Amino acid sequence: MSSIAQKQGFGAMIWDYLTTVDHKKIAHLYLTSGGLFFLIGGIEAMLIRIQLMKAGNDFLSAGTYNEVLTMHGTTMIFLAAMPILLAFMNAVMPLQIGARDVAFPFLNSLGFWLFFFGGIFLNLSWFMGGAPDAGWTNYASLALASEGHGIDFYTLGLTISGFGTLISGINFLVTIINMRAPGMTYMRMPLFTWTTFVASALILLAFPPLTIGLFFMVFDRMFGANFFDVANGGNTIIWEHLFWIFGHPEVYILILPAFGIFSEIFAIFSRKRLFGYTALVFATILIGFYGFMVWAHHMFTVGLGATANAVFALATMIIAVPTGVKIFNWLLTIWGGSIKFTTPMIYAIAFIPSFVAGGVTGVMQAIAPLDYQLHDSYFIVAHFHYVIVGGVVLAIFAATHLYWPKMFGTMLSEKLGKITFWFFFIGFHLTFFIQHFLGLMGMPRRVYTFGADQGWDLFNAISSVGALFMAIGVIVLLINVVITTVKNERVGNDPWEDGRTLEWAIPSPPPFYNFAQTPLVRGLDTYWIEKMEGNKEGMLYAEPLEEIHMPNGSIIPVIMSFGLFVASFGALYFLDGDKSWPLPVLILGLLITFGSMLLRSLKDDLGFHISKEELIEDAKGGKMDGSK
Amino acid sequence: MAHDTHTHVRSQAEYEYVRRQRAKEMRNQLTSFAMMIFLTLIAFTTVAADFSPYLITPIILLLAAVQVVLQLYHFMHMSNKGHGMVAFFMFSGMFVAFITILALVTIVWW
Repeated sequence: MSSIAQKQGFGAMIWDYLTTVDHKKIAHLYLTSGGLFFLIGGIEAMLIRIQLMKAGNDFLSAGTYNEVLTMHGTTMIFLAAMPILLAFMNAVMPLQIGARDVAFPFLNSLGFWLFFFGGIFLNLSWFMGGAPDAGWTNYASLALASEGHGIDFYTLGLTISGFGTLISGINFLVTIINMRAPGMTYMRMPLFTWTTFVASALILLAFPPLTIGLFFMVFDRMFGANFFDVANGGNTIIWEHLFWIFGHPEVYILILPAFGIFSEIFAIFSRKRLFGYTALVFATILIGFYGFMVWAHHMFTVGLGATANAVFALATMIIAVPTGVKIFNWLLTIWGGSIKFTTPMIYAIAFIPSFVAGGVTGVMQAIAPLDYQLHDSYFIVAHFHYVIVGGVVLAIFAATHLYWPKMFGTMLSEKLGKITFWFFFIGFHLTFFIQHFLGLMGMPRRVYTFGADQGWDLFNAISSVGALFMAIGVIVLLINVVITTVKNERVGNDPWEDGRTLEWAIPSPPPFYNFAQTPLVRGLDTYWIEKMEGNKEGMLYAEPLEEIHMPNGSIIPVIMSFGLFVASFGALYFLDGDKSWPLPVLILGLLITFGSMLLRSLKDDLGFHISKEELIEDAKGGKMDGSK
Repeated sequence: MAHDTHTHVRSQAEYEYVRRQRAKEMRNQLTSFAMMIFLTLIAFTTVAADFSPYLITPIILLLAAVQVVLQLYHFMHMSNKGHGMVAFFMFSGMFVAFITILALVTIVWW
């Protein structure tokens, strides 16, 4: 069905994407909208660096700076990093385990559209009376005191997009548990699938505390509840706990898939089996578990008491152990390999020292007494940008180059890719390395300007120049994407020539049913085993060619999410009390959502079958080698 | 997916086996049902006997935990095959919730 739609016009293509339940197309949607939010967040970062370029700058007012700062953090974490990683999970994970789609294709689409409308809602705050301005952590005392609707946009927007993420997480869990091809045991799963699995489990367990926190916040701000209001017997620290019980696992939700991507890259371009696969798997699971036992290290200076600080300090330091195991395994994977320095591999190699630097400053901050000195200074800013940019963003760029051919059927230019890398990598270290020292010199976080007599001028100027380099890197990447798309040189199944896992055994991009016949898995690095044994087809089959049952597309997820989007506006303005339209809008939005749920429940949709003849036709039509 | 549905005719031996299994399961359920009633009786007795609340509260909580486990394993079929992943995720979730509550109780509310 969707293969026919590809040959139609622009309108048909839009409709195809709106109604798609195909995990590969949802991956495109995640990548495009996540990329868009990444650019928005990047522009906000540039505004911050322009403002801090020199002492006493008045480029942004103090209030606007708070908004830009808050939206930069919120956008980058919730709307850019996570969705882009979800894009790669969607695009690659089902292929790696030999599945035809995720377990719940409809929910996959619903998850995307909820995230999308939540993100749009949050960003519309810019045009509707001011963005949220209490930092991405939205600490309760500050947030409750914030005037206007900024914080309400934050709480409602994140609630909606949080639904979406939770749905995607559960979907991936069910997919990995139930839909692995015959022979694909847990200990034969590629590491990216493993990290997707653990990250999804973290989503499942970590998002409920955030939802509860946001729920309390909504009630406090909109309905006069007092969960966080100290004057009325509430406790403002509860928000910090709830936020960080979510927030710390959240950073592992981001970094674990990044680890998975790099594990794939190291094995592919060292042309070696991953060193210590079992250790890597167990390190991933351990990091997932420890992630829930360390949240209070964000709150050392709150005054939890010496015992609590000591317990959480120790727990935090323990995390360095499984992470160290991973680092050494990657190094030993490269060691003695026949290395190819492709763009993804360069990112992967650059990731190791960058991430280790971020990890080491992390352990420094785990020492509670030292954290009293470092807290709320630029040292912290430097630390978390080293782990998030040096870990997650480098992984995102690496995966963009690595999986672009699998997702779109064309290769990004290696030359431009390397230019992007060098601009971005140098810019990244230039921007953030020096911020460690700014922090040690006493420069506080989140402050919109600084005085000329404090000796921070030069380092801030250098930091801003670095940000410019990063921006140039991203622009080169965009140019690369445009050029590649226009050139449209199709590639075959295994464009990197050293693919190890199942996704490289099928055409790029794969047919919409992925595998005409479900593959039989005989070991780790399935495709590599078959290649080494001279199997021309790239895989063994677990079943004869039979007709395939596929789900129908549906527009309902879009409508369902749009209903919540509409209802949010009603809820947001309802409590102003001076307008008559919010209540009808609220009701209308909820009617749309529940109406479409009802429709979905009552209407049977049994999907369709692809006949054997069509499959044979597809295989003959030269499609199996990727050309049209 | 009609072609995935297999109709399978049971042999006599299989039939006997399934029967035995079911009888065993039934016995298990009845035993745990009796145990649960007994545990509930203990809980009521501690309250009726007017013990100190500091004794009653932990005892009742402990009995409740035991009952939950019995319920899950004998009535909600977690003792059956193929429930390993379910058990893993449930216990992970309980573990996370426990850590959270423990921390909030000791740090914030104590």
